[in-house]
Amino acid sequence: MRFIRTKAVFAATALALSLAACGEAGEEEGPVDVEVEENAAEQFEEGTRMRELAEAGGVKIGVKYDQPGLGFKDPASDIPTGFDVEIAKLLAADLGLDPNDTSQVEWIETISDNREPFLQDGTVDLVLASYSITEERRAVVGQAGPYMVTGQQLLVKSDSDVESVDDLQGKEVCSVTGSTSLENVEAQGMKPVGFDTYSECAEKVLDGTVEAMSTDGTILMGYAAQNEGELSVVGEEFSEERIGVGYSKDYPEMCQWINDVLTESNESGQWAEAFEGTLGASGVETPEFPELDPCPES
Amino acid sequence: MEAVLDQFDAVLKAFGYTALLFAVSGVFSVLLGTLLVSMRVGPIAVLNRAAAVYITVVRNTPLVMIFMFFQLGAGKVWNLLNFQWVDIHIGTLDFTSFFTAAVVSLSLYTACFVAEALRSGVNAVPLGQAEAARAIGLPFSGVMSQVVLPQAFRASVPPLASTLIALLKNTSVAAAFGVLEAAAQMKIFTNNHADQRWGIFIAFALGYIILVEVVSLFATLLERRWRIA
Repeated sequence: MRFIRTKAVFAATALALSLAACGEAGEEEGPVDVEVEENAAEQFEEGTRMRELAEAGGVKIGVKYDQPGLGFKDPASDIPTGFDVEIAKLLAADLGLDPNDTSQVEWIETISDNREPFLQDGTVDLVLASYSITEERRAVVGQAGPYMVTGQQLLVKSDSDVESVDDLQGKEVCSVTGSTSLENVEAQGMKPVGFDTYSECAEKVLDGTVEAMSTDGTILMGYAAQNEGELSVVGEEFSEERIGVGYSKDYPEMCQWINDVLTESNESGQWAEAFEGTLGASGVETPEFPELDPCPES
Repeated sequence: MEAVLDQFDAVLKAFGYTALLFAVSGVFSVLLGTLLVSMRVGPIAVLNRAAAVYITVVRNTPLVMIFMFFQLGAGKVWNLLNFQWVDIHIGTLDFTSFFTAAVVSLSLYTACFVAEALRSGVNAVPLGQAEAARAIGLPFSGVMSQVVLPQAFRASVPPLASTLIALLKNTSVAAAFGVLEAAAQMKIFTNNHADQRWGIFIAFALGYIILVEVVSLFATLLERRWRIA
């Protein structure tokens, strides 16, 4: 009797799993029409990292999985979505790799903390994970771009009276442990509270434990769009974050290539399309394409 | 390393949170653990089973899950459990809902290990001791508090010290749950000074080693002092 019951449980579980698998069908392809370059390897000089990657037919890209609108992975799909991801797809396509094929482009989750080590030890080839360009980071990894400029703002409950940083002096404000945002929270006279992910912070704002969370406006907009009517973004930007593409210092030639692809994407309108299709969905106007930093001489 | 030296007050404050998390949850977990072990070895079957079930369930739950429960779940079930009523500020240190939830999680978790360490101590007390105590007319509470537990504590100093050292290191879980203690501060440093990762890592590892050494030194002293039983 017991044996039969166990079997029934297995059967039910299997059924539930197969039903869940059905949900995966109908993969979306993202807002930008990405054209995969043909014979991509030949456009790069012999011995460059780009040529190596194109010939190997695979690239590993580190993105965030928990930032709606920037880098977000739905558990049901294989490919993350968001602005960072769209830019990453353009880079991959330029290498002649199909970004919608996970055997060619491998998406790897990076968190704020492990981006430099992942680049240094080759776990990922590129990082597009709301990666602010800073001097300290440029000392250990390469950062090309910026492909977006954003600033830190506040995310509060929609019915909150908080309008700016002044209303939150000495109060607890949530952000992610180990991010630049948490440091700025302290510098602005608020008390930093650090969680592992932005989603946990948003949870804490929703249940009223903290009055606000703070990080790059682009990240907050994603949450505001996800919880429409419950959360909203307020206040002026009180910092400037220049979001760039991370690459390994071992391959300085990648910088010029990344900048070229970014410039091209701006001219072809794909950059704007990527923004409108992701962050723009929350009703934000598409900003100007930022000026790229010149690449360091190698 | 320079980053650590330049902002040494931030490091001290972070380790202050670590030490306080340890001290407060240490006291609570020893108290709760003593209560649990008394229930566990006591004559009332219901309490006995209740303590056994509690220890089995909580000891087998990962600490992170307990933290998540008190940080994200419990407040939704029962409003008081979001700990927003805690709002204490001493100097530059703040003790709010995040600190409280961390203390509660750590105490409830560590109490199980304290109870089991103490139970091994209780088992080491010869049965004749408890019988003699009962023979002179002590009730169960008297038997435990006057005769059995004092001897049990002496016998279980080494396992208790291990449990408390584990607690000290477990405080780092709070880094992911809103408390700016040593592990969280280390993350902030490594993020801002990506070029000094090794120095920062070594500095914070040293900090933990010093704290653990203090605890084990204290344990050794106690063990020596209590040797003549």
